[in-house]
Amino acid sequence: MSKAVLLSGNEAIARGAHEAGVRVAAGYPGTPSTEILQTLVQYPDVYAEWAPNEKVALEVALGAAYGGARALATMKHVGVNVAADPLLTAAYTGVNAGLVLVSADDPGLHSSQNEQDNRHYARFAKIPMLEPSDSQEAKDFLVRAYALSEEFDTPVLLRTTTRVNHGKSVVRLGEVQPPPAHRFERNPQKYVMIPAYARVRHTLVEERLRRLAAWAETAEVNVIEPGDRRLGVITSGISYQYVKEAAPHASVLKLGLTYPLPEALLRRFAASVETLYVVEELDPFLETQIRALGIPVVGKERFSLLGELNPQAVATGLGLAEPQPEAPPAPDVPARPPVLCAGCPHRGFYTVLRKLKAIVAGDIGCYTLGVLPPLETMDTCVCMGASVGNAIGIRRAMAPDDKRPVVAVIGDSTFIHSGITGLVDAVYNSTPITLCILDNSTTAMTGGQDHPASGKTLAGTPAPRLDLVGLVRAVGVEDVLTVDAYDLQAVETALRYALQTEKPSVVITNRPCALVARRSVRPEPPTVVLEECTGCQLCFRIGCPALGSVRGEDGKLRATINPEACFGCGVCLQVCRSGAIQRK
Amino acid sequence: MHDQVTNIRLAGVGGQGILVASEVLCDALLASGHDVKKSETHGMAQRGGAVNSDIRFGPKVHSPLNPQGAVDLLVAFEEMEALRYLPSLKEGGTTLVNRQRILPVAVASGKAEYPSDVVARLAQHAARVVSLDALALAVEAGAIRSVNICLLGALSCFLPVPEETWRTVLTDRFRNKGLEANLRAFALGRAAAQAEGGR
Ligand SMILES: Cc1ncc(C[n+]2csc(CCOP(=O)(O)OP(=O)(O)O)c2C)c(N)n1
Repeated sequence: MSKAVLLSGNEAIARGAHEAGVRVAAGYPGTPSTEILQTLVQYPDVYAEWAPNEKVALEVALGAAYGGARALATMKHVGVNVAADPLLTAAYTGVNAGLVLVSADDPGLHSSQNEQDNRHYARFAKIPMLEPSDSQEAKDFLVRAYALSEEFDTPVLLRTTTRVNHGKSVVRLGEVQPPPAHRFERNPQKYVMIPAYARVRHTLVEERLRRLAAWAETAEVNVIEPGDRRLGVITSGISYQYVKEAAPHASVLKLGLTYPLPEALLRRFAASVETLYVVEELDPFLETQIRALGIPVVGKERFSLLGELNPQAVATGLGLAEPQPEAPPAPDVPARPPVLCAGCPHRGFYTVLRKLKAIVAGDIGCYTLGVLPPLETMDTCVCMGASVGNAIGIRRAMAPDDKRPVVAVIGDSTFIHSGITGLVDAVYNSTPITLCILDNSTTAMTGGQDHPASGKTLAGTPAPRLDLVGLVRAVGVEDVLTVDAYDLQAVETALRYALQTEKPSVVITNRPCALVARRSVRPEPPTVVLEECTGCQLCFRIGCPALGSVRGEDGKLRATINPEACFGCGVCLQVCRSGAIQRK
Repeated sequence: MHDQVTNIRLAGVGGQGILVASEVLCDALLASGHDVKKSETHGMAQRGGAVNSDIRFGPKVHSPLNPQGAVDLLVAFEEMEALRYLPSLKEGGTTLVNRQRILPVAVASGKAEYPSDVVARLAQHAARVVSLDALALAVEAGAIRSVNICLLGALSCFLPVPEETWRTVLTDRFRNKGLEANLRAFALGRAAAQAEGGR
């Protein structure tokens, strides 16, 4: 028997790509998808890259498929929104060599700004979708997806959820199969989507979908597990595991292919059971389509539209258990929210920005933590890149006598992903906003991936560094100021200057992420001279996890510094008014 | 539900090495012939937030998530995190608690109080509480970062994994980095738990 190893869903997808002979892979980091490419790049014979955003990633993968290489694109659910434009027309052109798009959804919003259900994209784009329920299936379905993609000449969506991506389970590895040979063949009617050609392709898309639905009837990924006829369940993905846990005796139709649906199989299964449930997370995606066939099912009236399912929620929904919400923890256990790390350059920046009473259009990254106490210096956050457009809109909406400055705050990776075009707008239409690019030389939020301005590729090889200052100047911004985020005075001078120019301006902070800089020598941690500390607690307002406290005999709380945790950035030292925080 | 499945939860704070500990744990369980699944959420792990990892093993495991209120073995890498997850422990469950305290920013800045009498409160709810100072033991072992492996040593007293298997998986994992210290930390954790009534 082949070797059994424990893999996360993401590691299994990378392994599947290796076994299927994927030669080109592109993606943009995003939880819970990130580890797929980080694992895949370690295999031989594959070109894998971080693209600047998901749209480019999918276009690269699509081009590779046209060019004759099996190709993979990976992204989190909201990334598919960014890549939706190429996706919807890739469905028309078809592929040549196989193309799979992995959409890693995040029900429960463990690390996302929404919990959209990307299964709708398969239906929207009219392409087949596979949904694995564990790591073995993640690998096997990916390999299967390439054959499917080539047989039907279509992109395939592999839709996963956090519990599959980040869960680990046992996988039996397969052999590496050399893929069928393909090469780029000129075929404008297929690959150049002008209206005359696209009209023809649309008929082919509809016809392909009918053939896929016929294939779905006998597809080996759709399985009936016979059981108690009184209880029938149609399910897929991680929900299947919860169903098996909650109702091991049930009759189950497990759909591996969740679009298009196998009508005859559904009818057969429905006729074989007394009560039929559909168990799925988030939207009634299967349920709505099954009901449309005239098959009565019990679904979202018993299962939440929100968040994740779990074995109890499924048992309760199936009427097998009483609802039993887990008791909440004791009320005196303080919350432990994520905080900016000790030495995080974002801290110094916010400490200054907070003073300036600006309207702050925020963006997505570690710096979004600036919305939480004690920094509380962010007013909007929607999607990657939105800060710049939001700031422009807020500025344009303001009454002329409203003199509050409007600032957009964005990270370096996010600026490159989708902030540049917003800045072009600000300059083109002369909207006086100040854009602050917090350049920490990494994509910190998702675990520190490289990007076009970090100087390294996904494979770790040196890369030309995108010159952010040069870029911003080329866009037409005249006032571009670069500062060290650890130097509060410099940050304040730059911000005050930028805010009064009445033109679009840009402030770039250039201190690297403390996790990236981890290995270099740290400055000596400062200490608190308790006799000089007045207990004013200004230092606590920077929210540094390296600060502790002691209560003095006068009842006042005074700061201490944990030298193990301290990074030596010196921000606390600069906010201390009594000079009690000192460096030797 | 599945009585033959054992449910473990590791809970603590980002940066304590919980994810590595859960990897080693899974390797050991797999090598001992069990079906294993684990689930955790990454993302915020590096930023000092609460982190937990569910590990389930038995003849066949379906859900990677522990069922509610069904944790057999709760391992708290930080004292107060034991209280946070106490409601997930099943009746008759065991709690291992590291006496190390990592203050959340709200506590350090005086906005919230650190809960008191943690171990006594645990004892009211858990059938068995094993408390140890894994930080001190890790220092004694010669690597302050081996707190996670020290706690794994303590947990090992309650698991059907042969001692030799632990040695093998630890060697595989730490061959190139700090193997000796990690083996020492493991042994110290195991001895500490045995002294408190572990097998
Ligand atoms: C469309 C989309 N893709 C990916 C993500 C995941 N994600 C959130 S923030 C972020 C980038 C963070 O990097 P940066 O802007 O440099 O800020 P930092 O975290 O380094 O401060 C990513 C990739 C997302 N939320 N939306």
